[in-house]
Amino acid sequence: MSELLTETFVTALLFGSVTAGVPLLLAGIGEQISEKSGVLNIGLEGMMLVGAYTGFCAAYYFDSFWLGFLFGGLGGVSVAMLMVLFCVILGLNQIVIGIALTLGADGLTALLHHFQFSRTYPRLSAVEPLVIPVVGDIPYLGEVFFHRHPVVYLAVGLVFFLVWLFKRTYVGLNLQAAGDVPAALDVTGVSVRSTRTWAVLATGFLAGVGGAFLANIGAGIFVPHMIHGAGFIGIVLAMLARGHPTWVLYGAALFGVSLSLTTALQVAGFNIPTDVVQMLPFTMVIVMLILLGRNSYLPAALALPYIRGER
Amino acid sequence: MTSRYINIGRVSELARSAIRIIAPILLALVVGGLILVILGKDPIAYYWYVVKRGLLSWTGFQATLVRTAPLLFVAAGLIVAFRAGIWNLGVDGQFLLAAVLVAAVGSPLNTIIPNWAMICICFILAATIGAIWSLIPAYLKANHGVNEIITTLMMTFIGISLANVLIKIPFNDPATTVPQTVTLAVEDRLPRLFDTIIHHGVILGLLSVLFVHFLMTRTSFGLNLQVVGANPKAAVHAGLNVRFLTYVAFGLSAALAGMGGAVEILGVWGTVRADWDPAYGLLVVPLVFLARFHGIGTIAFVLFFAVLMIGGESASRRLGVPTFFVLVLVGLLLMFLAIVEYLDHRWRQRTT
Repeated sequence: MSELLTETFVTALLFGSVTAGVPLLLAGIGEQISEKSGVLNIGLEGMMLVGAYTGFCAAYYFDSFWLGFLFGGLGGVSVAMLMVLFCVILGLNQIVIGIALTLGADGLTALLHHFQFSRTYPRLSAVEPLVIPVVGDIPYLGEVFFHRHPVVYLAVGLVFFLVWLFKRTYVGLNLQAAGDVPAALDVTGVSVRSTRTWAVLATGFLAGVGGAFLANIGAGIFVPHMIHGAGFIGIVLAMLARGHPTWVLYGAALFGVSLSLTTALQVAGFNIPTDVVQMLPFTMVIVMLILLGRNSYLPAALALPYIRGER
Repeated sequence: MTSRYINIGRVSELARSAIRIIAPILLALVVGGLILVILGKDPIAYYWYVVKRGLLSWTGFQATLVRTAPLLFVAAGLIVAFRAGIWNLGVDGQFLLAAVLVAAVGSPLNTIIPNWAMICICFILAATIGAIWSLIPAYLKANHGVNEIITTLMMTFIGISLANVLIKIPFNDPATTVPQTVTLAVEDRLPRLFDTIIHHGVILGLLSVLFVHFLMTRTSFGLNLQVVGANPKAAVHAGLNVRFLTYVAFGLSAALAGMGGAVEILGVWGTVRADWDPAYGLLVVPLVFLARFHGIGTIAFVLFFAVLMIGGESASRRLGVPTFFVLVLVGLLLMFLAIVEYLDHRWRQRTT
């Protein structure tokens, strides 16, 4: 037990938790935006996968992490555009389309990766962190939290930006209305369709950046099927957060720790089968749902297409 | 109105349902073909090879029929769930865990009891394991109204890892180097039909889909489940025990998925290796949708899809198009299905 609490172990665990938590955070707040507007986005996993693929390719060919994130986001947006077309404009079943997008993205990215790299998995160079002065000098914690790629700081900043946006602006109110009483929003002269469109596109961008983070910074490589349920965890986070971006942040931290435990235990030389540890985050989701499930909140008009004049 | 008019109406109705079914398939194949062209492969050669290997060669066709067995059980499970308005997307976990348990007990049981009894027990065990694995999502859905899409998916992720743990530690066959369960001897597996490799599981699969179709559309029990699925609030007012029916629908659906795992092990593999996860569940979802939860339609689509899978597997070896391509086709199929459904709906609104 004493070995478990060594400095290296704890630092590796925390460092890994942040790395594993950021994609979940981005995907979770992304999903929250679209759920708030009334679109249940089951395609989140697919958006992350495409983001991971396009983000990795951009970072690999242009040799720039920033371009990697940009293209990752755009990759997510491209899937989100399909979601908008099918679910917001045509009003088709959001769950069927979500599954279709996830399956299709899974197949397509694996296929493209196969034709591009065959069976090789090129690795990106390590990321150059932005060290924040003063707080970065705190022993251990400074390295864990403040020696990071700027995207990490931006992701956390975004949470607080969204708190402000949801509470204090018309944009936030419109989003909420589009999810709870779309007809009321329509009456006030704001288009439900465009509100939901922008919400889903934002989700796609954030999920894509999250996927790119997972590939470029988390793993350094792209492997087919690599998202492995992170998108679905993002959906759970959004479900449990009941519309509060800060709750997504706490949840992402919690799941980040449980994901990171896998690698940290291996670093510490513990002989626990990886399969057992891999179950951990998902078991955690189920336990959380059993404990908090009755409090999960979803907007009233979630997963219902809005058709003017229809009841 | 004369009968002639009615007949014309029926014919155009039939033609329309035919278009509704065929159009998404054709569109998916065409767009999939375009993707192949972009990747520098000849789509016509690919599709022709798939049909040749999956349908037109005798060995390929047998392999296709064998593949339909687990798919049919999974489809039967999905029909129950979807008709009852439940999104059981966790069939893969239910399928895999049942398969592992069946593989673990099959061979030892066979030494103490007659073969037919072992097979019966394995099917019951598989159904039970599947149903147990759906208990938590069923509880969360029935008692707390938690969305089952997420919970069933999470249970699948847990189930895949748990299956690996079971294979690697308690059920590991020490005689092999690769972690796997003890192999059931070929002569002890499900009996085969005549001189083919087709086992009786295919017939059981067909029967399970037909049974489910009958159950859901021709019995009062099935009707009750459909009412719950269509409108839970109305079901409460009609005096139905929605909570109980939710549990039953989950249990039945998962039990059928578990039996799919049993049929794949008892019929084909005889053992489960670590990291084996065919993930049939999510692939069958679009087929069941395409058939609009109809039993006969589902059987036809499962056959079509099995041809695609078996042919696609040979094509990946021969033509260098990975099997991921089949996933792309499934995704496309679902999307075009939704679009065609939408257009049909719009057209109907305009004409009436």
